[in-house]
Formats: sequence, C-alpha cells, structure tokens
Amino acid sequence: MRRVSGVFDTSYLQDMTIFRTKHYIAGMVILILLFLALPAFVSDFWLAFISSTAVTIIALQGLNILAGYCGQISIGHTAFMAVGAYTSTILARELGLSLWICMPVGGLGAALVGLLFGLPSLRVKGYYLAITTIAAQFLIIYMIKTPFPEVTGGAIALSVPELRVGSFVFNSEIHFYYLIVAIMALMTFLSKSLTRSYFGRALVAVRDNDIAAEAMGINIFKYKLMAFFIGCFFAGIAGSVWAVYVRVISPDDFTLVNSIWQMGMLIIGGLGSTLGPFFGAVFISALREICVIIGPWVTSTFPQIGAQVSASLVEMTFGVAIVLFLVYEPRGIGHRWEILKESYRLWPFSY
Amino acid sequence: MPELVLDSISLSFGELKAIDDVTVELKKDEILSIIGPNGAGKTCLLNCISGYYKPQRGTISFNGEKLNNVAIFERTKLGIGRTFQNVELFNGMSVLDNIMAARHLHFNTGVLRAFLYYGKSRKEEIRNREIVEEIIDFLEIKPARNKIVGSLPYGIRKRVELGRALAIEPKILLLDEPMSGMNIEEKEDMARFIIDIYEEKKIPIILIEHDMGVVMDISDRVIVLDFGKKIDEGMPEEMMHSEKVINAYLGN
Repeated sequence: MRRVSGVFDTSYLQDMTIFRTKHYIAGMVILILLFLALPAFVSDFWLAFISSTAVTIIALQGLNILAGYCGQISIGHTAFMAVGAYTSTILARELGLSLWICMPVGGLGAALVGLLFGLPSLRVKGYYLAITTIAAQFLIIYMIKTPFPEVTGGAIALSVPELRVGSFVFNSEIHFYYLIVAIMALMTFLSKSLTRSYFGRALVAVRDNDIAAEAMGINIFKYKLMAFFIGCFFAGIAGSVWAVYVRVISPDDFTLVNSIWQMGMLIIGGLGSTLGPFFGAVFISALREICVIIGPWVTSTFPQIGAQVSASLVEMTFGVAIVLFLVYEPRGIGHRWEILKESYRLWPFSY
Repeated sequence: MPELVLDSISLSFGELKAIDDVTVELKKDEILSIIGPNGAGKTCLLNCISGYYKPQRGTISFNGEKLNNVAIFERTKLGIGRTFQNVELFNGMSVLDNIMAARHLHFNTGVLRAFLYYGKSRKEEIRNREIVEEIIDFLEIKPARNKIVGSLPYGIRKRVELGRALAIEPKILLLDEPMSGMNIEEKEDMARFIIDIYEEKKIPIILIEHDMGVVMDISDRVIVLDFGKKIDEGMPEEMMHSEKVINAYLGN
C-alpha cells in the first residue's frame, strides 16, 4: 500500500483507522457540514433526489453484505424492502404503535423472512441460488396483493400514518432529508463496522472459498444465514423508511425490475466495498434523472425515432452502463476510486 | 497415549476403495510422513481426519474423543489444523486478512458487538492482529502483507496457507504436500518452517510429501500407502530399503 511520504503507522490501531490523517478528518467534517447546510441552498427537488437515493443506499448496504461480501446473489431484494414497509405500516395502522418502534420491527420482520428465503443457500449456490431468490420476489408480492386485501391494501395503495415526535410532524422535504440522511449514515456505519470485523472476514471467506472457510472453523451455514438475516434487515429498514417518507405504498413500488436495478447498481458501484452502494446509487439515480430530462428533448429534436425510444431511454442507458462496466470495470466505480486515491496520494512527486 | 487414532478406517466411492482398512496412530511428539504413489489415498486419509470425507467403516478419535460425526468446523475447534494440496486461499483478501480470517475461532465478541467497531471488538482485533503479525514475521512474508493473495507467486501462497493453519493454533497439523512445485531453496525454507513449528509449538505433524529427500530428513516415522492399503510403516531409513515400498514405487 502506498502512503504519503512521512506518514508512518506506529501501532496496529493506527494502521486500522479509516481516517488516517488530519486531512481525512477535516474532509469528513466538511462533508458533514455540507450535508447539514445543503437545504439552505438547493430546492426541494434535489432534497427529494438525495432522500430517495439515500433510501436506496440503505437497501444497497444490505445487499452488499449479502451479495458483495458473502457472495449470495439475491435478485429479490426489493421484496424484502416491501416486507419492511408493509410490516411497519400495518403495525402502525392496526395496532396504533409509534412508527419509531414500527420501523426497526419492520426491519426485523424483513430479516426473519429473509432468513426463510436464505435456507436454499445451504444447498445451492451461484446462479441457482439467484433463481431461488426470485421466488421471494413473487411470493412476497403475491402475499401482499392477494390473501388479505383488507389488511395489506391489496394491489391498491396503502396509506402510511404521519411520522411525529411529540407534536412535531415530519411533513416537509427538509425534515425527511435530515432524517433519512442520518439513518443512512448510521446504517453505513453499522455496515462498515460489521464488514471490517471478524464477522466480515468470515463472510468474505465463505464467498471466496467455502471449503477452506470451513477448515478455518467458520460455520458456513450459520454465516450464510446471518448474511441473509442482516442483509434483509437493512432492506427492511430501507423499506419502512421509504414508507414513512412517501406516505403511500403499493406493491408496484417493489417489483422484480427494481430488484434487478439494485443488483445492477451494486455491480456498477462495486461489490464488496462500503463506498460501492454510494457510487452505484448516485450514478444510476443521476443517470435516471438525466434521461428523464433529456427524454422529451430527444423526442422533439429527432421526431423520426418516435416517442417509445425516448420513453425507454432510462432502461437502455442502464443496460449500456451495465455492459460497459462488466466489460471495462467489473469491480465497479469503488475499485476505480481506490486506484485513483492510490495514485493521487503521491501526486505530484511520486517515488 | 497417541493424539490421533484412525482405527481400521475404510472409505470407498462406489466400487473404488480409496482407503482400505488403514490404521494410523499419531503420537504426541512426532512428524509422521505419509508417502505413496499417486492415487494411493494419502489426501483421502487427510480429508477423513479433517472431515471432508466420512469413512464408511472404522473410527477416528482425537484425544480420546470420537470424531466420526463431528462437523468440519467443529474439528477445527477441537484443534485440527490443515493445509490443502492445491492452494485453497481466500483469493479476494490480502495476506493479512487471510491469516486474520483464520483467527476466527479466537474472537469471542458477539455479532451485535461486531456492529459497533469501537471498544471491545477493536481491542480484540488488535490482540489478534499482534499474533497474526508474529506469524507473518515467522514465515518471512512481510513484504506481501497487504497484497491480494490471488496475485502472489505460488511459493508465497503456500506459505500463507501454512500461516493460516498456524493461526488456528492447532493441536495437530496436517500438511498436504506443502512443498509441491517448489524449487530447492523454497523447499529448504519450508522444511525449516515445519521443523521450527514442530519444535516451538510442540505439536505433532502429519506430512504428505513426494520429495523423498525431505521425507527422510525431517520425519520421525513414515507410513506407506498403495492402492488405499497401508503396505508398510517404520523409521525413514527402514522404509528406504523396504522391499514392499520399492515394489510399490517401481513395480515388481
């Protein structure tokens, strides 16, 4: 590993720190201040953009633990978001519990359901496991749509009670912006802590070589199931936060296509790095916004290609982006970022 | 009393008898080599001890405890450490993380603690890190510490694997061809490491090796397998002149 000249680690503690120099700490403080001050400078549109991207990042951190670190590819992740969203909403609606309690309970609910759908991972791996996770997607959405429409709202939307603290009601973009970004920061911290601990190493060991992992005393079944539990817990939290944010949820928010988008975001961002979900979510969300903005422009400038092409511009660019990343940078933007940092560290006088 | 006893174990895959009624006793203070032509069942024997294969007949006991139905990771917990014939490392991790991952059993903090990095779990991390650094020091792989193992040369990867087995703090060590594909210098280094481990840690070692020079030099006792059967057993010098062994290797 390259280091800035003159910076030496004199203890293991120092070697393990994330913010190794004063510059890092200063940069982090500036970043936090920037996020705190942001609502004063930007419109509600951008706050909404950041909030919804932050919700995606929470879910992606979970998917990253599951697919990035433990190698258990799941294409049913939004279904677990749905479990979280519906569990917390139904508890709040039917039992009148505070949403502050319902949100973590929603996360736990999703985690338990995730554990159930993680059971096939004990026997199958790779692509076969990915196919079994699609079952989660269909089964969960079916359970929401069909058997108990009076509780779940069926295929139609379900309204979510207001989130409040005492008499303070969360009802503007600014309120939710602060809330969601704070939760995202917390969940990211938890995910980073987990993945840099012995637990994270055990997950990577299971991903890289399960035969050897077992010989190292790692109970691979336990760790696979734990990965499902924790990954789906993150999804559940993301889902319940999403529910209180948009106030109306319907099964159509949690489709298979969305699950595939999430997997794609993680691939583009970088599997198995804490920053990966950030890069992936921001990249794809930005791409989506750009496509929405230039879509009408494409239709009016080149009328001969028709409205359908510009309507599916988002999907097309997403497809192209995925292909380009898989060909040129399969380890995602996160890896590029590491390379960039590495080479910038000694700039302009490398030795 | 011997540490490890394989009492007339047999393992077959369908019609093929991989191990046929083999009895092995590993004493507390010895380096036991298992030799034999390719396909003799040496690795199968090791896989039976560490739990990847379950012998159909016979018992395996370790420190008086019967192992037959104990899971692989539980056997590691009991103190059986091993390396693999074809290097089986965690290719996405650095050398340091590979060996840290092998310290898994020495972390006592719960999962919830792992979610909060600071405090107890960080202290534990540092404590284990010190031990891992000692191993890295001992095996002379310091320059490779932060390199991803997938990119390292074969000889170094073999050492990392040995380091990983050491990090378990095993009570017995099973080494499956630790010197295959190495040149003379690398073999000498590896032999030195094995002897050092044996003398410092005072743990018995089972060694599978094809290089007869190494086997004769460092082992206290040799077992010869051929077609799944134990054909001879004894001191290295005896084995060198044993008619059965010469026949197995050269044909008669």
